[in-house]
Amino acid sequence: MTIPLRIGFIPLCDAAALIVAVDKGFAAAEGLDVTLVREVSWSNVRDKLNIGLFDAAHLLAPVAIASSLGLGHVKVPIAAPFNLGLNGNAITVSPALHAAIMAEISGDPVDPMATALALARVVAKRRKSGAEPLTFGMTFPFSTHNYQLRFWMAAGGVDPDEDVRLVVLPPPYMVDSLASGHVDAFCVGAPWNSVAVDLGVGHILHFVADILVRAVEKVLAVRQDWSEKNPEVLAALVRAASRAAEFIEQPQNRAEAARILAQPERIGVDAEVVQRTLDGRLKISPDGTVRESSRYLLVGREGATRPDPVQAAWLYAQMVRWGQASISPAALRTAQAVFRPDLYDAALGRDGKLTDAPGAIGAFAGPPFDANDIPGHLAAFAIRRRKS
Amino acid sequence: MGESSPKIVIVDESPIRAAILEEGLREAGFTGVVHISEMQSLLARIYALDPDVILIDLENPSRDVLEQMFQVSRAVRRPIAMFVDQSDAASIQASVDAGVSAYIVDGLKKERIKPILDLCISRFNAFAKLQDELDRTKSALEDRKVIDRAKGILMKLKGLTEEEAYILLRSTAMREKKKIGEIAQSILTASEMLK
Repeated sequence: MTIPLRIGFIPLCDAAALIVAVDKGFAAAEGLDVTLVREVSWSNVRDKLNIGLFDAAHLLAPVAIASSLGLGHVKVPIAAPFNLGLNGNAITVSPALHAAIMAEISGDPVDPMATALALARVVAKRRKSGAEPLTFGMTFPFSTHNYQLRFWMAAGGVDPDEDVRLVVLPPPYMVDSLASGHVDAFCVGAPWNSVAVDLGVGHILHFVADILVRAVEKVLAVRQDWSEKNPEVLAALVRAASRAAEFIEQPQNRAEAARILAQPERIGVDAEVVQRTLDGRLKISPDGTVRESSRYLLVGREGATRPDPVQAAWLYAQMVRWGQASISPAALRTAQAVFRPDLYDAALGRDGKLTDAPGAIGAFAGPPFDANDIPGHLAAFAIRRRKS
Repeated sequence: MGESSPKIVIVDESPIRAAILEEGLREAGFTGVVHISEMQSLLARIYALDPDVILIDLENPSRDVLEQMFQVSRAVRRPIAMFVDQSDAASIQASVDAGVSAYIVDGLKKERIKPILDLCISRFNAFAKLQDELDRTKSALEDRKVIDRAKGILMKLKGLTEEEAYILLRSTAMREKKKIGEIAQSILTASEMLK
């Protein structure tokens, strides 16, 4: 007997494990008949998951947490038993902003502190000359992109709410908006940074792995009540996604995975662009400069797929830092309970001990993250909001 | 806001669907309706208009842009999404099926929203039906062209009359449980390959 499932996704490279699980037959091998539904907005994915039109979804990790906390929206507890990707985002800037930052930089442009300090000088000069504030695009209020941009620029002394404008832009509009000057920079997932570079309208300034060594990006999300009613189906789905993630990480399978992901009804871009992302070999400048990183996007290696409640706590701390959430031990517990390593271990028959996962977070600025003392941790950051 | 007509903004890149909806709202007595079709600076335009209700189609990626309204404490009035009220599951389901979503500014009474939303759902469904009919007419025309060409091939290769060629197509389609258009298409494909 096969079990029909409807799963929503946004066409991004970090939906890879989900798409490959379906299109390579790993889901069918687990007895699942999955219909993948390509969506145009995170709002749609969230709402359709919440009201039961989707059984599961490719979801921004912070949206899963915000939904469980009822932040700004209806409160629907979410369970995330599997990470679809760690890292994978990049910050891309317009050629003009790139030149301005490079003119101010002292130090290595790969060092996010050097670029953040240079950005602060660019911002100060613009203010003095009466120029409009710089505008940065990101994908959603509750997004890793929002927090990563804020973390980076605030470390250099740029207040993301006072000194620049942060605006939500749907990923497919990012490149056009950069080209038209509607935004000066953006933080988004693959393939959009590469598309901007290929068109000559942007320079990739940072991989997110420069800012945070290990940052959960998208999760496989289900409603908590659904996970309780369908434990075996969920376990089968986790196994299928896990097999897909392992498949993608085998170098000899990369070209095939890229072809699967590139299909028009999946991500719908050139397979070559997808493969650059999976390989972590990105063209970062229109002049053809290539930068390699073994940490650009982690799909199935380094224990990437196992949910880590410390990551959930870090995201919750960012919500508190930027005034989206109030701080309370109960809210922290709720946020951490979204990430379900117990369901992951049960599905895959693991004992919960990780052999190859390095420490969590690894931010380039501030003290090491302490999930047990979020107020103390946040006190170390000068620029932050209070919840209104 | 009082009991005067609420100000309604329609965010839709389809001018025809927006016009259909706008007309319906006006007929129902909602006079303050503004259509936004340009997605650049969407938020700034919405803040300037300061609407009571925002209607947006679900195929519009700019729904995520609207989510920012929940964040900005500087905004004079905070909107809430229609999906917040879980008590009305039927209405939520109907609006998702129709492909529309609504954002309602806090304070507008629920009974005043219901007629707007109902009208919106019925107009969206009417538009989808029109679109569907248009697509079907197009594909029927397309089918007829394909069938005519397939008949021509059969007539030439098998020396059939036009009527005999059509009967052969039809009986094959019935036997294979396929549409005549599909059988005709496979004849065209095959003849292309055998050239």
